[in-house]
Amino acid sequence: MPGRTKVLPVRKKPVTLEPNEWSVGKLVSMTTTHSAATGADGVGPAAEERLQEQFDATVARDQRVEPRDWMPDGYRKTLIRQIAQHAHSEIIGMQPEGEWITRAPSLRRKAILFAKVQDEAGHGLYLYSAAETLGADRADLTERLIEGRQKYSSIFNYPTLSFADVGVIGWFVDGAAICNQVPLCRSSYGPYARAMVRVCKEESFHQRQGYELLLTMMRGTDAQRAMVQDAVDRWWWPSLMMFGPPDDNSPNSAQSMAWKIKRHSNDELRRRFVDMTVPQAEKLGVVLPDPELRWNEERGHHDFGTPDWDELMRVIKGDGPCNAERISRRRTAHEEGAWVREAATAHAAKQSERARKETAA
Amino acid sequence: MSDDHVYLTLAEGHEDDTRWAYGTGFEDPLHGVDTTVPDGLDAAELAASCVALADDALVSAQRLAEWTTRAPELEEEVALANIGLDLLGQARLLYARAGQVDGTGRDEDAYAYFRDADDFRNVRLAELPNGDFAFSVVRLLALSSWRLAHFERLAAHPDPVLSAIAAKGVKELTYHRQYAAEWAVRLGDGTAESHRRMRTALERVAPYLGELFTAYDVRDEVVAVLRQVTEAGGLPMPVYRPLPGCGRAGEHTEHLTPLLAELQSVARAHPEATW
Repeated sequence: MPGRTKVLPVRKKPVTLEPNEWSVGKLVSMTTTHSAATGADGVGPAAEERLQEQFDATVARDQRVEPRDWMPDGYRKTLIRQIAQHAHSEIIGMQPEGEWITRAPSLRRKAILFAKVQDEAGHGLYLYSAAETLGADRADLTERLIEGRQKYSSIFNYPTLSFADVGVIGWFVDGAAICNQVPLCRSSYGPYARAMVRVCKEESFHQRQGYELLLTMMRGTDAQRAMVQDAVDRWWWPSLMMFGPPDDNSPNSAQSMAWKIKRHSNDELRRRFVDMTVPQAEKLGVVLPDPELRWNEERGHHDFGTPDWDELMRVIKGDGPCNAERISRRRTAHEEGAWVREAATAHAAKQSERARKETAA
Repeated sequence: MSDDHVYLTLAEGHEDDTRWAYGTGFEDPLHGVDTTVPDGLDAAELAASCVALADDALVSAQRLAEWTTRAPELEEEVALANIGLDLLGQARLLYARAGQVDGTGRDEDAYAYFRDADDFRNVRLAELPNGDFAFSVVRLLALSSWRLAHFERLAAHPDPVLSAIAAKGVKELTYHRQYAAEWAVRLGDGTAESHRRMRTALERVAPYLGELFTAYDVRDEVVAVLRQVTEAGGLPMPVYRPLPGCGRAGEHTEHLTPLLAELQSVARAHPEATW
């Protein structure tokens, strides 16, 4: 697999542009993108400095950086890593809920869940495409995922034990994803920001569906109410961990904030999620499993307990309850699908060969 | 932070439930439709037709759902789910119609979750395990070609509800057949491996084709489609022989019972529950 030795970020094709189509300043940054990024030829330190200044000014003005603009290597690498992880999370995230499509207890719930998991595949595709605008390659990113060289959200390494988990994942996990992603609609990188607009709309839809399932279950039997509370107990802390380690232990955060790839700190987003979720839990009639959780009048926010950061580190490092299972499923699908992808490629090649011969004849 | 509005609406009180996506508590999926059975139609026969077509669709959707997270490519994840969702939608409308017509007043979930295998009237081809992608493609090609041809005729059915369901389904099934046909050609033509798998799949599907043609006369049309696709993919036309038993009479393979056990497991564990 040639992708394994590829050093990211390498643009796949040099960018060529017609003159006059762009303002002069834009044209300079565009036509030098390739050589500047690879350092191959022609751009002296002075030119590089000017490009950096332009980039900094674009970010400072809250304007979007677009695929063909010059950007610092670190920015490109960080974005590829973040977008790839996000794409992987969508794809791996299909598994815990996907398990319940065949068992959904009504045809309406079956349709809702089937469509939701399909949306996640769509998000994954969309995000891999955004990563490809930076010179990454989907097949290569998939290899990185199944070889464990790139991460996905820790939350998907927990098992789904009852149908109530489907509702709680919609409520908590999609809710947390919304908290994380709504600010990313203003991310400095254009294709990522635009992808987030669409993704957030669908996540919001999913969160409502999840919450509505839980409302319905809470109006049902005692067994159903117990299932909901049990699912809440199991998913609450892992959901809080979705925002990442605390700010004083988040190595990449400061640079990402400066680049406006990321707009709020982990702790800020976590606090926002708690504030948003507490009244929803009250309305639903479930108890969030945190004895320290209470409203702090003075701060205008909820106080809450500290997640088990050791657990988060263990899950991130691969020792969560379902890490091996999730990766193994993805790898199996990828490997068992290889002959299909090869056949499609071979057919396409034969087709164009036939077309070429026809034209020649 | 300026994004607050996005987070705050979930638990807000409303008088009705219309704010929920898909609504909630839609007891009657055919609400607002005139559901009178036209004079001269045999209600029992109409209900039986609806149930058989719904069972085909539900069982197929269940098999397609099993592909989720296992498809050969992400585009196929999306496409197979799309087809599964279309069929699930068809099943729901057809069950609803059956419940109105057969006098029992059963809803869609009563048909899907609280009947046993020998009450199901789907063709056996639909219930066979997924096998590899080639088998799923050939099966989808056969089932969608038959169903499309049949729905095109049903669109002129004297029952206006069944006719409307069929007309809606025609658009969906046209895509299903197109999708399956394109993959059949790709795999037939692609590599030696994919060609070999397609031949095997055609042989495995062949014995179950006869069952499709027992009740409805669209055989020539379906055979023409299969011939066109196999030719384009450089594949032999499947030869079908009659196979004892008939899914339409409730005689199934050993694969339907476990499929239903999974499908019905949660619903049957909580018969008093509302979802």
